[in-house]
Amino acid sequence: MMKKPRGTFYLLITPVLLWLLALIVIPHMDLMYRSLRFETDDGLWVFSLNNYLAFFEDQIYWLTFVKTALYSIFVTILAFVVTFPVAFFLTKVIGKKYSSFMTLLLLIPIWIGELVTVYGWMILLRDNGVINSFLMKLRLIDAPIEMLFTNFSMTIGLLYISMLFMIVPMMSALDSMDDSLIEAASDLGASKWTIFRQIVIPYTTPGIVSGGIIVFMLVIGDYVAPNILGGKSSLWFTEQIYNKFLASFNWNEGAAFGFLLLLLSSFIVWVALKLSGQKLDKVGS
Amino acid sequence: MSYVLEIKNLTKKFGNFTAVDSVSFNVEDGGFFSILGGSGCGKTTLLRMISGFEEETAGELLIRGESMKGIPPEKRPVNIVFQNLALFPMMNVEKNVAFGLQRQRLPKSEVQSRVEEMLERVGLVGFEKKKVTELSGGQRQRVAIARSLVLKPEILLLDEPLGALDRKLREHMKVELKVLQKEIGTTFIYITHDQSEALVMSDTVAVMNQGQFEQIDTPKKLYKNPKTSFVAGFVGESNEFNISSYVNGELVTVNGCKLNKPDLDFQPKKLFIRPEAFILNPSADLSGIERIDMQVEAILFDGSNTKISTTINQGHEEVLISLPQNAQFEDLREGDDIQVGVHRDDLKCYKV
Repeated sequence: MMKKPRGTFYLLITPVLLWLLALIVIPHMDLMYRSLRFETDDGLWVFSLNNYLAFFEDQIYWLTFVKTALYSIFVTILAFVVTFPVAFFLTKVIGKKYSSFMTLLLLIPIWIGELVTVYGWMILLRDNGVINSFLMKLRLIDAPIEMLFTNFSMTIGLLYISMLFMIVPMMSALDSMDDSLIEAASDLGASKWTIFRQIVIPYTTPGIVSGGIIVFMLVIGDYVAPNILGGKSSLWFTEQIYNKFLASFNWNEGAAFGFLLLLLSSFIVWVALKLSGQKLDKVGS
Repeated sequence: MSYVLEIKNLTKKFGNFTAVDSVSFNVEDGGFFSILGGSGCGKTTLLRMISGFEEETAGELLIRGESMKGIPPEKRPVNIVFQNLALFPMMNVEKNVAFGLQRQRLPKSEVQSRVEEMLERVGLVGFEKKKVTELSGGQRQRVAIARSLVLKPEILLLDEPLGALDRKLREHMKVELKVLQKEIGTTFIYITHDQSEALVMSDTVAVMNQGQFEQIDTPKKLYKNPKTSFVAGFVGESNEFNISSYVNGELVTVNGCKLNKPDLDFQPKKLFIRPEAFILNPSADLSGIERIDMQVEAILFDGSNTKISTTINQGHEEVLISLPQNAQFEDLREGDDIQVGVHRDDLKCYKV
């Protein structure tokens, strides 16, 4: 029989519970509380849904909201498309020795920090930047292409900062897949495309979904890349929240907007899990 | 006689290393052909060349008379059962078996009926919807075989599929595979390092060593008349003696044992004697045998496989002798002196 070490158990669990309570549960309850408080014309504070109504009344808010959601999904899919071949190459094609070195290279942008990498992209994308100067030197274009401060540059920035979080879970899923599965499918007459679709993708789905959730959450809640690379034309919902808190000092509406973003992203993740037939506990492990 | 597989001077090199060294052999239709060899002998490379996963450096490979040069694995009329089985974990039993048929774009009803027929054949009716991870080792084995056989390949290649099973199940699967092969009539090429698997199941066994075939024969002939010293030592148990001289038909072993073996047309270097070839305390009037005096060192009880370990002239090399499990030798004790006899035909001599 195993003795139940009750004292020790509570000692070990307390920091975690304190953390959850103080830094996650209480702040979110406070956020919710604030989002429901409204100051009437008489200067009285009452409970009301007016903060949420503000979101629906001005179409710029919910247009930004929808745009943020769609772009986040788009960037997540793009991250998968761009990184899957890389993950496959690193795990299945080249040897372990090179693969760990190259994975290390992929980590470098994370070490440098988001702000610096985003400024790096500005240098590349601006009118007299690296890409435009190069194209003009080759005489492929006469005038610089406007790339910076567009949805394009914003997408690139978001993709660049989140890509790694897609690659790592996907690599670990691919790594655990035995190569003989691919050979067996090929031996049974499957084309490369069928192997990819019916064997590799289903096998790596948990990795893809967990990577996808991380990327999606990072992107939808990001502020730096949309703000710096997106410019004025590319509104992101986090910017609206920022404006509520720090430009118009309306913390209550800001709290409501923050809550809406939380609901939106949770809903999209839930739909994605349903569609891919995955369970959160499986993806999380 | 038609051959389902003809291999001519097939060679595979990895850099400077020659894995398969100019191997030639033919496999008869409908047989159970085994390739037996230790790890690193090139048997897996040979199998992968037949299945198309490795390209040959030189030589020819014909299946039903057609050259397989440049034909990818998915287009070859052979299927392979992998060492780890490589069942698709994301599919159930039925979908695993149907996978190959679906690739041929057959009508659904035909896929369904062929899958059912095959599952019945391997005794997996009722397991259609089970996940492959829920099956036992033997059942997984049968799914892997069914998945390949349902495509009606010319040849089924098996890459040591019994290796991962426990001993009891392995013994059982050996018989099952042999019976299945006879029933279906598909040619099986089975590679293994386990000589018992090869001997029990096969019609023909090829013993492979360092990229080359040492001998291709029936299991019985392989055991009774090994052509090379490698085969003699590798297939079955054998006592190996080094020979120090051979003059006028008399063999002298390094440990000082003198034996008459007339009419060898070469200078022998090695002598092999199987443990069961020894006759304990042969009667004095038995002719045609060589007699050796030995001392019993230990009795190694192992049921029907009990042996005694002996030495000759107080030497260090141990000689294993099978001990019949009748009451006759029950009072044999360690330290006893015994005389054993060996028929001259059972003295297997080799040049190297």
